[in-house]
Amino acid sequence: MEKKKLSKAEILEDEDFKTLVKKKNLVSMFFTFLELILYFGFVGLIAYNKPFLSQKISEDSAITIGIPIAVLTILFSWLLTAIYIFWANSYYDNDVKKVKDKIGGR
Amino acid sequence: MDLFIQLVGLSDGLFLISEPLRNLGKYTFADVVSYRLKQRPIRAAAAAGSLIVVITYLVAQMVGAGTLIRLMFGLPFEIAIIITGGLMICYVLFWGIVATTWVQIIKACLLLGGATLLVVLTMLQFGFSYGELFKKVEYLYSQKFLEPGGLVTNPLDAFSLGLALMFGTAGLPHILMRFFTVPDVKAARKSVFYATGFIGYFYILTVTIGFGSAVLVGQDIIKGIDAGGNMAAPLLAEVIGGNIFLGFLSAVAFATIFAVVAGLTLAWASAFSHDLYVGVVRKGEASEIDEVRVAKVATIGLGITAILLGILFKEQNVAFLVGLAFAIAASANFPALIMSLMWKKFTTAGAVSSIITGLTVAIVLLILSPTVWVDIVHKEQKLAVEKKIKGIEEGLKAKIYELEKQKTPDLKQEQITAITMVIDSEKRNSEKLKKEAKAEMPQPIFPLRNPGIFSMAAAFFIGIFVSLISPDKEAEKKYSTEKLREYTGIGAED
Repeated sequence: MEKKKLSKAEILEDEDFKTLVKKKNLVSMFFTFLELILYFGFVGLIAYNKPFLSQKISEDSAITIGIPIAVLTILFSWLLTAIYIFWANSYYDNDVKKVKDKIGGR
Repeated sequence: MDLFIQLVGLSDGLFLISEPLRNLGKYTFADVVSYRLKQRPIRAAAAAGSLIVVITYLVAQMVGAGTLIRLMFGLPFEIAIIITGGLMICYVLFWGIVATTWVQIIKACLLLGGATLLVVLTMLQFGFSYGELFKKVEYLYSQKFLEPGGLVTNPLDAFSLGLALMFGTAGLPHILMRFFTVPDVKAARKSVFYATGFIGYFYILTVTIGFGSAVLVGQDIIKGIDAGGNMAAPLLAEVIGGNIFLGFLSAVAFATIFAVVAGLTLAWASAFSHDLYVGVVRKGEASEIDEVRVAKVATIGLGITAILLGILFKEQNVAFLVGLAFAIAASANFPALIMSLMWKKFTTAGAVSSIITGLTVAIVLLILSPTVWVDIVHKEQKLAVEKKIKGIEEGLKAKIYELEKQKTPDLKQEQITAITMVIDSEKRNSEKLKKEAKAEMPQPIFPLRNPGIFSMAAAFFIGIFVSLISPDKEAEKKYSTEKLREYTGIGAED
């Protein structure tokens, strides 16, 4: 049996739409926050604790600890975008589709 | 460092604004900000912000292209600028957005391919071991060379630069435009993923190229040709692969600048025709043919302006213009954009005053900062002081040298002590002179080189304050419809 279609005004009060908005905001904020911590953590280390970054990774190596940390920061922020896109493409878009179906439009 | 921050800026852009932007906008970010607010004032303010960002960024790119062509082909600077500007106009005029997208793709492939090849050939010389490369760097220079962030002197300045680059990336008109040119939200996300991946990879490559060129070419030669070190990669290519490789990499560098220039031109044309002409002059009533015609005229106008400004800024250090473009984008565009998306009580007056505040504060503070106030406005005075200090130092050196020569072995102990005392008093004397000379150094009115942290804060504060004292019930009511479209894209297909 076909469910009753909701109007645009009704959908705004709909529980599914409300959870969708809440979830999206939470995820966006979470990822932004992680990225900011990651980045300003690194800048903070450069600004306030350079001696730490200048340590050698081993006795006979010229590589300082700052170099692998910089590379890891890059890899990690790329990983974050990958996780976000995976979430958005598989879960978020699904929920959006549910809400769209309810309203009866495309 | 810049690239590194842009990587973070792009990912944050993805998390925060990619879906809303794609769902609410069609051509420019003003579409998004003005969605539920009054069209004309917002479009006028937003267009002013975008146009100023584009022109500052463009002049920096033009001067860069001119310098590159002059160094590569020996053409005069003016002709190089005219060629770049002319190509840019023809290109955007005849092929438009599809072509610029292709330029971006081809450029990305060439750039990554060329840089990868350069890195592979460089590492071949070090047996593909980063340990070897860094040991060589440490041996030739010092450990200091390997420590990160040599440029960051003041922590507050570092944070301010970071903020501006980060949120500026998410507010640059030609970057935001990319979100509108992809077919759907999924494609927008995918392109951010590729972009951040490429930028990260490219960042690691450039670091390798930097160290490799320091060892194989030498710092003195690199700095001798261009004080900013911008020619490090071409010089390394010449050492490793001869003239052919040098020519190839120069072509890649030119393609890169060209792609950015073309993207900027498109952002300019759409801000001009879509926001200023259709939105403000014609109050939203204009045919697409009219809009395209105005965009074409705007493109030609921008090309000519850019050529003239490029020639005007010849031989100037224009790096600060890029910083200014990012600071304006972060302060004029980003706060208004994010508040219109997230805050129900945001009003037209709030948006307009936030954009204008961000724009003016960023420009005024940069003019008063050391970058412009000391290095450009009081350049003569600064150079005179630096020359004076150098003169004092050299005079001292010569005097000490003369005095040391007098210390022959046949002198008595007292005589040697006397000479040492004279040397000491000369040293003290020159310290005093240096201090006096330094006191004449022109002082900046605003201490930071990067105004971003203050101009962004001001834009947010004014935007919130003005919105609260001038509530707009109409806009508040429309927020719920905007929200539906922002999160789901319902209505975006119309």
